Amino acid sequence: MAEVTATEDKHEVHTHAEQGFVSTYIFSTDHKMIAKQFLFLGLLMMILGGGLALMMRWQLGYPEQPLPLIGVSQEFLETDEPKTAMDKMWQEWDEEGSENWLVETMPYGVMTAAFYNMLFTMHATIMIFFVIMPILVGCFGNFLIPLMLGARDMAFPKLNMYSFWVGAVSAIVMLAGFFVAGGHAATGWTAYAPLSSDPTWTGVDWGQNLWCISIIILAISSMMGAINYITTVINMRAPGMTLMRMPLVIWSLFIVAILLLLALPVLTSALALLLLDRMAGTSFFSPAGGGEPLLWQHLFWFFGHPEVYVLIVPAMGMTSDILSVFSRKPVFGYHAMVYAMVSIAFLGWVVWGHHMFMSGMNPALGMAFMLSTMVIAVPSAIKTFNWLGTLWGGAIRFTTPMLNALAFVAMFVIGGLSGIHMAITPVDIFIHDTYYIVAHIHYVVFGGSIFGMFAGLYFWFPKMFGRVLNESLGKIHFWLTFLFFNCTFIPMHILGVGGHMRRIYNPMQYEFLQSLQPINVFITVSAFCLGAAQLVIIFNFCWSLYRGKKAERNPWQANTLEWGAESPPPHGNWGDTIPTVYRRPYEYSSPEVTEDWLPQDRLLEPATASAGSE
Amino acid sequence: MLNWLPENISTYGAEIDSLFYVIYYITLVTFILVAAAMVIFLIKYRHREGHQAKYTHGHTGLEITWTAITTIVMLGFGLMSAPLWSKIKQDVPPYDIQVQVTGKQFNWEVLYPGPDETFGTEDDVQLENMVHVPVNKVVRVILTSKDVIHSFFVPVLRLKQDMLPGRKIDAWFEATKPGRYEIPCAELCGFGHSGMLGYLIVHTDEDYQAWVNETWPEHVSEMKAELDQGSES
Repeated sequence: MAEVTATEDKHEVHTHAEQGFVSTYIFSTDHKMIAKQFLFLGLLMMILGGGLALMMRWQLGYPEQPLPLIGVSQEFLETDEPKTAMDKMWQEWDEEGSENWLVETMPYGVMTAAFYNMLFTMHATIMIFFVIMPILVGCFGNFLIPLMLGARDMAFPKLNMYSFWVGAVSAIVMLAGFFVAGGHAATGWTAYAPLSSDPTWTGVDWGQNLWCISIIILAISSMMGAINYITTVINMRAPGMTLMRMPLVIWSLFIVAILLLLALPVLTSALALLLLDRMAGTSFFSPAGGGEPLLWQHLFWFFGHPEVYVLIVPAMGMTSDILSVFSRKPVFGYHAMVYAMVSIAFLGWVVWGHHMFMSGMNPALGMAFMLSTMVIAVPSAIKTFNWLGTLWGGAIRFTTPMLNALAFVAMFVIGGLSGIHMAITPVDIFIHDTYYIVAHIHYVVFGGSIFGMFAGLYFWFPKMFGRVLNESLGKIHFWLTFLFFNCTFIPMHILGVGGHMRRIYNPMQYEFLQSLQPINVFITVSAFCLGAAQLVIIFNFCWSLYRGKKAERNPWQANTLEWGAESPPPHGNWGDTIPTVYRRPYEYSSPEVTEDWLPQDRLLEPATASAGSE
Repeated sequence: MLNWLPENISTYGAEIDSLFYVIYYITLVTFILVAAAMVIFLIKYRHREGHQAKYTHGHTGLEITWTAITTIVMLGFGLMSAPLWSKIKQDVPPYDIQVQVTGKQFNWEVLYPGPDETFGTEDDVQLENMVHVPVNKVVRVILTSKDVIHSFFVPVLRLKQDMLPGRKIDAWFEATKPGRYEIPCAELCGFGHSGMLGYLIVHTDEDYQAWVNETWPEHVSEMKAELDQGSES
């Protein structure tokens, strides 16, 4: 198989020079360009998703006070005398009886409760479906799978192109929802029926419809990607690249593709039922017409839990690779790492009920789901211990990718341990639907996935763009992010223990939460600092793209195949011959060679070539 | 962190809290050990000139040990907490009084069966957002909803249960201290979710009787008057 593709692809390399601007940069079938498209989509959406979060934090820290910049001034509220330009603007709109978007969502700059519900719904939706998935799966999957397996491209390059552009259409549909009458979806990213299944309960009509349609389209895009990834991993590996010689990041992406392939149809059909309930008068989820609200939760979480692993497993894979490279040591327990990811993927199908302990599902089922959840903690623990084992005895280099990967491990441990609290059903009675859950998910998805994503971005940026991200700026960005991330999310555990419900608009409405308000203020200030710290990476990214130090082929002295290609690799990746693989991916500090790395595709003298291979 | 927990006034709340303490301390110690190992490794094995990393692919014995220990601890957690879960959610004890709470955007409708202790009869007593109960008595709460999903959350009782339209779900508690406590809604239920708030009034026995005497008959007579009017017109 590999030989056939090799000869076919040589032909492709020759025709490449004739491609024009559109087929190179827009409707490209080159996996590396598609990866960059996913990256830019994800980074742009991340700015939006982060902005939504900061608006939310403003409301929680300073409930029902005018937003900075666009709200009216404090003096205006007290004296009714317009002082700033904004005061005048709002006063004019008031006098005209204007009904523009701002007046409806945040009169005088004070956001309404309905708008706040939209904020957290769209923050989660955008971060999960349009930031983490496009970057971790779309970008790194596309970029790394062919390069690390020694292929010239994905198995289906055209399908790959459609996958991105269908994803882009989905993003446009999602963004359109912000501008329709009634506002965007406001039922949480989990869209629990019947709140989401009947527009009368929220007053949101087309916002929620577009939300459903957009995610259905996105699911189609991800399905195309998943099929492509699976086929590529199975069929397009270079000679010698056995499954057990694949880098762990490829294993993680392979597993994620299988999860997506199996989970997304469930979500798509559930969303179709939801749309029918909303638009065609059916009652799948409405008890008034004989439907069942819990059906939605079962369908949603049957998708939703594997989805959580879709968000974290690629980051686990990248972290494993990066820890090994910068510890100059083989990954500790490679096989255990693979089997742990495979068992997480299997067990991920039988734990969805742990999101539903308080839902009214039969409590006996709660017991079963608690035990399955306890079991899934075991492979996560194995991975953590193996990461520590990888560090043990290493010669650790503290580069920016390494710092981010280390942060991933530490933050993932906190997120995993706090997960145990909510898996224990009696404890979950109290902390369910509180900020404890919010803290937990952010330790896993921000502390985990996003630090993993930063690690991957700093690590593979030289290969993607041929230039190195600035290390000093990278370290400043890392330390600021690490500090303010923890300042933002550690106190949320305390709020949760205090009983602070999630998804409330104004905590000051509750007597028992008023004493916790200073913590909310602290979180808000930290969150704004966390947001500001991201300006460093935005600047670093844009500056290094054009002015950064030129990258050599293998700036990190790493072993995997992609570092044998040029930086950035040309169309077709590998010149005339594709690489041949002789050994496992993590042969660092091997006694066979004097330098401390030994690339997978370097041929040693026959006498020693067998050592370190399978 | 644990002194941030709100006051507990229910019989089973203390058990939830101590389970929380146990897990909190075990996970805290685990975290400290992992973090300490990490920091020590990072310092001890930092890159220095002339120092080479150990070439090893793992250690089967170690890996089996930590897998086994984790499995035992995790399953132990599960088994340890199972009895408390069934006590709270599955085995509702014989109750002294019962009350039905119905969630609706954005209020709690509180229904007492009245003197005949049967729901659906004309002496039922309905209140808005106020749940009156006697102290040290087992209270059965029947939870349901009229529109969307709500969640009946009484932080001081360590009680939380979602309310589903079309279903009646049983919950129970026994309050141990008189007072006035908040009942927020814990499941997003629309734009008025925040601020959807009721109160639990725990009375001493005498106060509760006084409240019943004061509230129930009057209410019943009003209802009777309404019914009579209705039949006249």
